[in-house]
Amino acid sequence: MIAAVDFTHVSRQFGSGAAAVRAVDDVSLAIAEGEFFAMLGPSGSGKTTCLRLISGFESPNEGTIRIFGQDMGAVPPNRRHVNTVFQDYALFPHMTVRDNVAYGLMVRGMDRRTRLARAEEMLALVHLPEFGGRKPGQLSGGQRQRVALARALVNEPRVLLLDEPLGALDLKLREAMQDELKSLQKRLGITFVFVTHDQGEALSMADRVAVFSRGKIVQTGSPAEVYERPATRFVADFVGSSNVLSPEQSARLGGPARWTSLRPEAIRLAGEGTPGTVTALRYLGAGTRVAVALEAGLDLGVLLPAGAPVPAPGEAVRLTWERSAMHAMEGEE
Amino acid sequence: MSAALEPAHPPRGPGDRLTGLFWRRPWVLLALLLAPPLLWLGVVYVGSLVALLWQSFYSIDEFSGMVVPELTLKTYAELLRPSNADVILRTATMAAAVTLASAVLAFPIAYYAARYAKGRWKAAFYLGVMLPLWSSYLVKVYAWKLILAKEGIVTWAFEGLGAGNLLNAVLAIPVIGGNSLSTSYMGTFLVFLYVWLPFMILPMQASLERVPATMLEASSDLGARPGQTFRHVILPLAMPGVIAGSIFTFSLTLGDYIIPQIVGSSRLFIGQAVYTLQGTAGNIPLAAAFAVVPILIMLVYLAVARRLGAFDAL
Repeated sequence: MIAAVDFTHVSRQFGSGAAAVRAVDDVSLAIAEGEFFAMLGPSGSGKTTCLRLISGFESPNEGTIRIFGQDMGAVPPNRRHVNTVFQDYALFPHMTVRDNVAYGLMVRGMDRRTRLARAEEMLALVHLPEFGGRKPGQLSGGQRQRVALARALVNEPRVLLLDEPLGALDLKLREAMQDELKSLQKRLGITFVFVTHDQGEALSMADRVAVFSRGKIVQTGSPAEVYERPATRFVADFVGSSNVLSPEQSARLGGPARWTSLRPEAIRLAGEGTPGTVTALRYLGAGTRVAVALEAGLDLGVLLPAGAPVPAPGEAVRLTWERSAMHAMEGEE
Repeated sequence: MSAALEPAHPPRGPGDRLTGLFWRRPWVLLALLLAPPLLWLGVVYVGSLVALLWQSFYSIDEFSGMVVPELTLKTYAELLRPSNADVILRTATMAAAVTLASAVLAFPIAYYAARYAKGRWKAAFYLGVMLPLWSSYLVKVYAWKLILAKEGIVTWAFEGLGAGNLLNAVLAIPVIGGNSLSTSYMGTFLVFLYVWLPFMILPMQASLERVPATMLEASSDLGARPGQTFRHVILPLAMPGVIAGSIFTFSLTLGDYIIPQIVGSSRLFIGQAVYTLQGTAGNIPLAAAFAVVPILIMLVYLAVARRLGAFDAL
């Protein structure tokens, strides 16, 4: 089966000589058709550049990018079957919402009546049926986001790119939009590729996640794989802030003599086990995060579920966990 | 119980007391700040304009040459006499031509400066555009008279390139041609274009600068060719700047009386008509009526621009 998006040893470099920065460094990846794919990483990790390489606003210095098998080397953005939802939405302020949504059809020469009818259909799809006559300036952030989505979808792209799609929305709206994007993607069957620095967003929406660091993909896998079996210390720390143990520390705590990840929620307070002292508490609502200094000169984060008794700072506690929760990671990074 | 808290520090002199007053009564500060500019704008600026408008409704006694201070539309009727209407038409046509040409010439410059120029090049751009504004207007106009004269460098260059006939052919065009560039409408047009061009470039550049790059990417992403992006996105978003620039070039050309005096045919422009009427002829009412014309033209122009949606992107 042909991948929807395929990167083969793609590099993108900015600047030249000593000041050169490899924003994307020898990345190979394949995104399957109909997949909801997340590119996750901190700012400057190359994820956005990868997205722009797919949309065509950047060209690779090395490597090839294929979309449904077709080499994109000489194909400009306006001739790719790919549409983007921009981070700042980039709605045209001088046009009505309806004209914004119909823009892609207008530049293709579709007659006014047909394209405006199509625009109305798309607005209904994103639950904004009565907003066609307004200007983008009269909409809220969440509504603009939906208009941007409708405008990108009206062209019936084979791949939809979303750049930090929920970044500008408040928490409540973000959660609602997560569910909505997910169900929209299921319904339309289009390949969605989205970029985010929010691991929660990536884990909850995506079928598959690629974790970026310094221009490279450090791990690709399902959200569960990435979360439960992080490949590197970077992934363990970036995705859900794990306790990362050095080989010696791990061995002392009864684990393998390797770099090891131990998730805070896998640790329990018990009557017996490794002794330590509570140094700090952070109340999270759905639980409490407790920092415990072990006698071994090591801090462990422990996530207590809501309702569990919470120790006081300074209190001596004992920690216990399943040995299988200690996940050994490959490599040194 | 503790004693009432003392202020952190007692007032330290009149400055502190004044600050206290401003804090308690914010309108005092507002009034103090606004009074001088409002006085200037309301009395000196708008007031004199109203006085001017008022006088255009006076008329002149044809026998005594004295101004009759009674309100009448007689002077405006005089404005429509063929010789006067010609002046108006000539000036308006020139202003329109200058505006159009400066818009076409300014756009690529402004676009380059807004989109591509960075750091040092941007500084060079501002310097290049503003430098001509810093030197004397009269010096520039007289310099242009020499450049465009029959013995000037333009003629010399055309002949040197073996294109002297081309220049003569251009000068032979009726109405806009003439004996030499410096005595033709074309010369007047060129000097106007030169002198007012910065006033078109700067607002245009400012409005282009405000168009986010993602807007252009979005257009291309949705399938637009570069030409379509220009027509449907860049141009409408730059329109407020173009209109602002054209207000400058248009109204400055409408009101100028020095350039057509120095460079061009001896036919009158509105500014010159006002100048002669209020001076030697002593016909203040007609001069005032002439002065009203550019104001009316500008109002009509702005109304039309608004109608066409030029301010939709504001």
